[in-house]
Amino acid sequence: MMLDKEKQKEYLAEVRKEMPKTKHFSTMLKAFITGGLICCVGQSISLLIKHFFPEFDEKTVSGFTTMFMILITCVLTGFGIYDKIGSFGGAGSIIPITGFANSIVSPAIEHKREGIILGLCANMFSIAGPVIVFGISASILVGIIYLFI
Amino acid sequence: MKNHTIIFNNPVYINETATIAGPKEGKGPLKNYYNNILENDLLKEKSYEKAEIKIHTSAIKQLLNRSNLTSKDIDCYFGGDLLDEIISSSFTMREIDGPFFGIYNACATFAEGLILASCLISGRLINRAVCSVSSHFATAERQYRNPLELGSQRTPLSQWTVTGGAAALLETSNKTNIAITYGTVGKVVDFGVTDANNMGAAMAPAALDTIMTHLGDTGRDVDYYDLIVTGDLGHAGSRLLITMAKSKGIDLTKNYNDCGVLIYNREAQKVEQGGSGPCCSGLVFCGYLYTKLKMGIYKKILLVPTGALLSKTSSLQKESIPGIAHALSIELV
Repeated sequence: MMLDKEKQKEYLAEVRKEMPKTKHFSTMLKAFITGGLICCVGQSISLLIKHFFPEFDEKTVSGFTTMFMILITCVLTGFGIYDKIGSFGGAGSIIPITGFANSIVSPAIEHKREGIILGLCANMFSIAGPVIVFGISASILVGIIYLFI
Repeated sequence: MKNHTIIFNNPVYINETATIAGPKEGKGPLKNYYNNILENDLLKEKSYEKAEIKIHTSAIKQLLNRSNLTSKDIDCYFGGDLLDEIISSSFTMREIDGPFFGIYNACATFAEGLILASCLISGRLINRAVCSVSSHFATAERQYRNPLELGSQRTPLSQWTVTGGAAALLETSNKTNIAITYGTVGKVVDFGVTDANNMGAAMAPAALDTIMTHLGDTGRDVDYYDLIVTGDLGHAGSRLLITMAKSKGIDLTKNYNDCGVLIYNREAQKVEQGGSGPCCSGLVFCGYLYTKLKMGIYKKILLVPTGALLSKTSSLQKESIPGIAHALSIELV
């Protein structure tokens, strides 16, 4: 039995009235704190690298920092800690590079039972895939524009 | 059969049940009603799918042990679960020697099994049947949602898939006085809900339709039952059902509850809207409600497991979610 479109709208309006809403203020605050803390960790790693290797230039330091952040996330994801940070922080833990690393490692862990190639490798980018596609497409586009100006 | 309701003239007795609850369910408010509580939901297996199969198998084996039967004594097995191609049930039956019907009605599978088995038993075509269901949080998350370790937030409307296995033994002879007397077969009802996280809203119209059909067909009143219990509408879904029922002139405020609400401590266990999955109604009925019926605390209950008939493909293709609900009148006779 399928309800006609008009009555569907009425029902969905009633559903919206009854169902609980996302608490925007508290989730945004949590995201702000979590995201801020992750950035603080990144900044301190970067300062530490600068301190111990003063010969590194700015680019090398930021490269190493990113690598460290990704490494930390992979380990935390493997031990089942990052998903807890994610469920607390929401977008605060998704937006930084750590969120991207987590979105690659988590399906890889999930699918390793289906084999290295068809399981792990094939599913590794199931969540991060669209980001990579858009990233590559955008950079090609920018590259072409850059060529002509 | 009257309209959509099958009348079981020869009573079908539920003589034994067996339940295996996952670790989270084992910390819930109904923990004292389960036969077994698992400490770990992987059970030393290599995958969660294998663990679910093990849970399902042990539920059936335990049922047979408890009723002193062997697998060959059962005329027919009815089993179902949530996984693609119902592998948990089918793979379970590799271990068990008996004729098997694999069934699927999402979270209403348990009711579907009970109604089908009751038809055969009440019609005296078979003497003994086992109905079983299983579900597992980790396997369902993987199939319908995101990888377990992905750091994403659960929406306030989400529900927690119950980990566990439940099985019930249905017979012609009466070792107990708990019998299935009526079964109302539900229609597929679609009110246009497209949010796959909002299962309660998708299934509530189906539940209401089935409850109304049942009451109309049997000529019974809501007050006739000690308890009317839906499968897994969750907190918000059951509130929606009560509101919708009120507008149709049915008062569900007194003797209504939902298995998804009963199975967890909502705040302490962080389950948002409550439990879901075929084993939600399976565990609550075979564990909690069956014990209450045995003790005589409840005498007449209407069990209405609800199912959301969506797949990952259908929701990605922006299809709305059809719901289904079957009702079973279970009474002391």
